[in-house]
This record gives sequence, C-alpha cells and structure tokens, in this order.
Amino acid sequence: MNGLLAYISRRLGLTLLILLAVSFTVYLIFALLPYDPASLTCGKSCNDPGIIEANRHRLGYDKPFFEQYWIFIVGLFAGRDFGEGAAALHCAAPSFGYSFQQHACVTDLIFDALPVTLSLAIGSLILWLIVGVGLGIVAARFRGKIWDTLSTAFVLVGTSLPTFLTGLMLIVFLVIKLDWSPFPAGGYTAPDEDIVGWFLSMVLPWVTLAFAYAAIYTRFVRSQIIEISTEDYIRTARAKGLSDGIILGKHTMRAALAPIVTMAGLDFAGLLGGAILTEAVFNLPGMGRLSLNAVVDIDLPVIVGTTIFAAAIVVIMNAILDIVYAFIDPRVRV
Amino acid sequence: MFSKEAEQKVTGHSPRELAWRRFKSNKVAIPSLVVALLVILAVILAPLIYSLLGIDPAARDEGALDNRGEVPGDWNGISAKHPLGVVPGIGYDLLARMLFGARVSFLIALASTAITVFLGLLMGIVGGYFRGRVDGVIGRFTDFLLAFPTFFMIIALSAPTIERMEKSGLIQGNEARILYLIIIFAIFGWPYLSRIIRSQVISIRERDFVLSARALGASNFRILVKEVLPNVWTPVIIYVSLSLPGYLSAEAVFSYLGIGVQPPMPTLGTIIADSTKYMMNNSVYFFIPSLALILLVLTFNLLGDALRDALDPKSEN
Repeated sequence: MNGLLAYISRRLGLTLLILLAVSFTVYLIFALLPYDPASLTCGKSCNDPGIIEANRHRLGYDKPFFEQYWIFIVGLFAGRDFGEGAAALHCAAPSFGYSFQQHACVTDLIFDALPVTLSLAIGSLILWLIVGVGLGIVAARFRGKIWDTLSTAFVLVGTSLPTFLTGLMLIVFLVIKLDWSPFPAGGYTAPDEDIVGWFLSMVLPWVTLAFAYAAIYTRFVRSQIIEISTEDYIRTARAKGLSDGIILGKHTMRAALAPIVTMAGLDFAGLLGGAILTEAVFNLPGMGRLSLNAVVDIDLPVIVGTTIFAAAIVVIMNAILDIVYAFIDPRVRV
Repeated sequence: MFSKEAEQKVTGHSPRELAWRRFKSNKVAIPSLVVALLVILAVILAPLIYSLLGIDPAARDEGALDNRGEVPGDWNGISAKHPLGVVPGIGYDLLARMLFGARVSFLIALASTAITVFLGLLMGIVGGYFRGRVDGVIGRFTDFLLAFPTFFMIIALSAPTIERMEKSGLIQGNEARILYLIIIFAIFGWPYLSRIIRSQVISIRERDFVLSARALGASNFRILVKEVLPNVWTPVIIYVSLSLPGYLSAEAVFSYLGIGVQPPMPTLGTIIADSTKYMMNNSVYFFIPSLALILLVLTFNLLGDALRDALDPKSEN
C-alpha cells in the first residue's frame, strides 16, 4: 500500500508540474502576441485612452509578466478582484480572469457553456461506446465474414468524413429535405426548461460527434479482441470447454476493458474543452463556441482562460486514469 | 541431385517484391492507387483540363444565374458548358474552381506533410540513435506538445500570427494564411511520427549491420544516413499516405471555421464553406464539393491502409 501512496503522490506532483508548464506557456504565448491587451478590452476598434488605461490597471496588464502570471495563478485558488475599492469587480475562485468585452468573469462564462458541452459529450460518449464496442466485438467474432466487412466499411467512412460534413449532411437530409423532422437544425434548449426539447435538440449533434468516434472505437476494439484471443489463457479457457460467450465476457473483454476505458476517458476529457465543429454546425452555445467567438473577437482573457481550462481537464483526466490503474494493476506502480 | 525444376522454384524474393505482391493481392489497393494517381495528375494538369473542357476558373458566366444570383433549376446548372454546374452568387464554373481549389489544398497538405516528415525523421532518428540526454529532452518536448489542445491553439494563434507575418512585410493575405496553416500543422504533427521513428531506430541501432559499420570506423553521420535512414522508410511511407488525407480534411475544417484561406482564393474547404450558405435551396452545390472531399480522403485512406498492410504485414490495423 505504501508503494501505491508513493505512486499517487508522485503522479499528482507530476500533474501539478505539467499544469504549471502548460498554463505558463499558454499565458506566455498570448502575452507575446502583437496585441495591446488593454486596448482590446473594449472591442476591436476602441480607442478611448482613459478607459484603456483604467482597464490596463484593473486587469494588471501594467505589471511585469511574471507578476501577472502569478496573480493569475493565485486568482485560480483564491478568487480575484479587478480594480480597487468600491469599483472593483470580484470574480470568485477559481478565477480564470475577467472579460471586459462581455462584462463577465471568465469562470462564469465557462460555467454557462459547460452544461451544453457536457450534454453533448456525455450523450455522444454513450452512443459511440455502444456502437463502437458492439460493432468491434461483432467484427472480431465474425472475422472475415460479412459483418466484419460491413464494420470495416463503417470504420472507413467514419474516419474519412470530417465531423462538420457529417453534421451538415444530417441537417440537409433530415431537417431540410424532410419536412416532418422532429429535430431542430440547431440551437440549444436547457433540460430544466424543456427536457423533450433538450433531447430532440441534442440527437443530431450526438449522432454527428459519435459517428467519428464510433468508427475509431470499432477498429480499436476489433484489433484488441483479436490480439487478446491469441493469448494462452484464452486458449486454455477454450480447451476446458467454456462457451464462446463466457470466454468473451469473462476473459477477453476483461482484458480489453482497460485500454478502452483509458481511450474513452481521454477522448471525453478532450471534448469537455469544446467540440468546436459540432457546436459550430449546430449552433450550440458550448465551450467550443465560447472559445471560437473569443478568438474572432480577440477577447484575450477568454482565450487564455478556456485554453488553460481545456488543457487542465485533459491533464487531470490523464492523472486520474493513471491512478485508477495503479489500484487495478500493481505493475504500474514503479 | 536436385532436379532443375526444384532449383527454379526456390527463388528468393526481396522484401520489396513481397510487399508488392501483398499490395497487388489486396482488392482495394490497385483501384485506390489508380484513383489517387489520377487525382494527382488532374490537379497537376488542371490548366490542360480547363482548356480541354473549355472552362476557366476566373471566368464569370452571369448568364447561368438568375437575377437574384441563384442558379435556376434543381441541378446547380449542370450542362455541357459547366460539367459540375456553377457557383451561385458569382457564376464561376464549379469544376474549374474545384480543380483550382484542389491545387491549393494539395499544396497545403503536401507541404505540411513534407515538413512534418522532415522534423519527425530528424527528431526521431537523433533521439533514438543518440539516446541519453538528447533523447530525454526531445521526449519531454514531444510530451509537452502532445499535451497541448492542438485544435484550440491552431484557432487561437491564427489571427495574431498571420497579422505578425503580414506586418513583417514579407508575405501578405492568403499567402500568409497558407503558410500559417502549413507551419502550424507541421509543428503539431511531427511528434506523432517522431515517436514511431524513434522506437524503430532504437532497435535498428543494436542490429549487426550498424555494429559492423561502427567497427569499420564509420562516422555517426554516415551510419545515420547509410544504415539507419534506409530502414525507416516503411513507417514514413505509411505515415505520408495517412497524413495527406488528414491534412486535406484539416484544411477544409479550418476553412469552414473561417480560420484558413479567405475568398476569393478557392480551396476545397472554402468552396464547401461557401456552399453551406446555399444549403437550403441548392443542396447539389453543397454535395458536389463535399462528396469530392470525402472521396478524396477515402481514397487516400484506403491507399494508406493497403500500403501499411503490404509493407508491415504484422500490424493488424
């Protein structure tokens, strides 16, 4: 057990270091850009020197770079005040900064967008796991048969279709060409307002996003199962007369589970940063659109905040998966 | 006393012959190779095709549009004069624009692939061959790059980087945008290849032929170029054939998001992005370039898979 604790603390230390490195680099890259961050605070074409200088001071852009970064990091844990006295704008922890263009704390913007992206990511994760793992198993079991060929075709089309084209084609076929389509062509309905409307508005985005992932998972699961089937313990299980179903469920899938879970965990974490294309096609106000709009408007605090947030989720998920493994598999703890 | 017949049967086959045999026996390999070569030929010889078909990517046929700028009829004005119809709003010939656009798209994809391969080979070989601290530094750097939210960074860095390129005065407008895409694709692309190459080189450097070259007093540079490099072509060929379609669709994706090349210069991506504006009334205009891109990517993916199966038969996808 000591080994496990040591491993976890080492892994968490490493995670913290990577997070610092990534956040620092993102911060640095955007500080090096040829922009005056203060004059961007009131939009692209704003030139009131009074406002600009006041915002420069409020956002701390008049301080040296390292101090700015340090204040940003402290703000993440302790919250942050922009400006002094009664006029100060307060953003509670974890503060990712303040957007003067949108007059909101970046954290609030992120938390507004996150439920949309979460709806999208969770729904499509379920869909692509069912389809991908299911088809992968079928393809591996009936290797070389018609089902295998069909799944290969599915994989090929799924990996060759850019996501935005899948989405657009679904819109053309199911929404524009069919008049009776129950699915809207875009937009988001919050589930607490109208749960049916929410579900209907999410179906096409789920299918779009899941299609590409399901193809990758089908290929992955198929090759995993085929590889595991050649192992000695599978042959032993077959030799002692176990049925194919029991071998698959109790032996093969158990071994295939770990890599599938890792892959799903990382893909899911990556999506939480925003499924930019799917959100763009279906006009969903999620994380992807938040950052895409921020880039178009050059809303620097939002760009930096969302990028660091997205990177942090991936890094943290990586650490969680590693630690979960250490529990399952003692060989990892070295 | 062996018969002459038996002697003839036991002929050796070079790895190249064996790979070619495996490639030929794959049902989709030859068709996808032929289609891929035809597409590349069509892109290279685009000017010839323009004059053969009497189309012109810069000529506007306003007679083909109605007074609202839409294409009359259901089929996007497909006719002998315009084999794939016309571009609504402006009256360009769609086939001519697609051929022209494909040239730009291929330029971006090929240049990105070339730089990716160069960087990946260099870093992978150097890291895998010299090991030790050099390898450690390259390894951490690739980890770091792979940890980045690539998609975000490409979008977020586009406007400022292009602006800075333009301010330098060396390159303007769409040329700067093309250069940006090429460079940023390569920067985030090489770590994948370098990892594959590195793992190959680590085993190659322990092989007898490298050892004997070293025993004969060959310099590191000579060993790298003459002994190691010829043995890593397999992953490079596979990588190239799979990254080309990847970059082709990446160009389309970023053009759709408004990050890439801007009109009036066509690429497959900008044509598709433009066609989405007319999706409601003229879905034929949307489907033609979209299907072209999908078929293109599909062909190169099939070719890449076939090449991988032929060159590296042990890998099961």
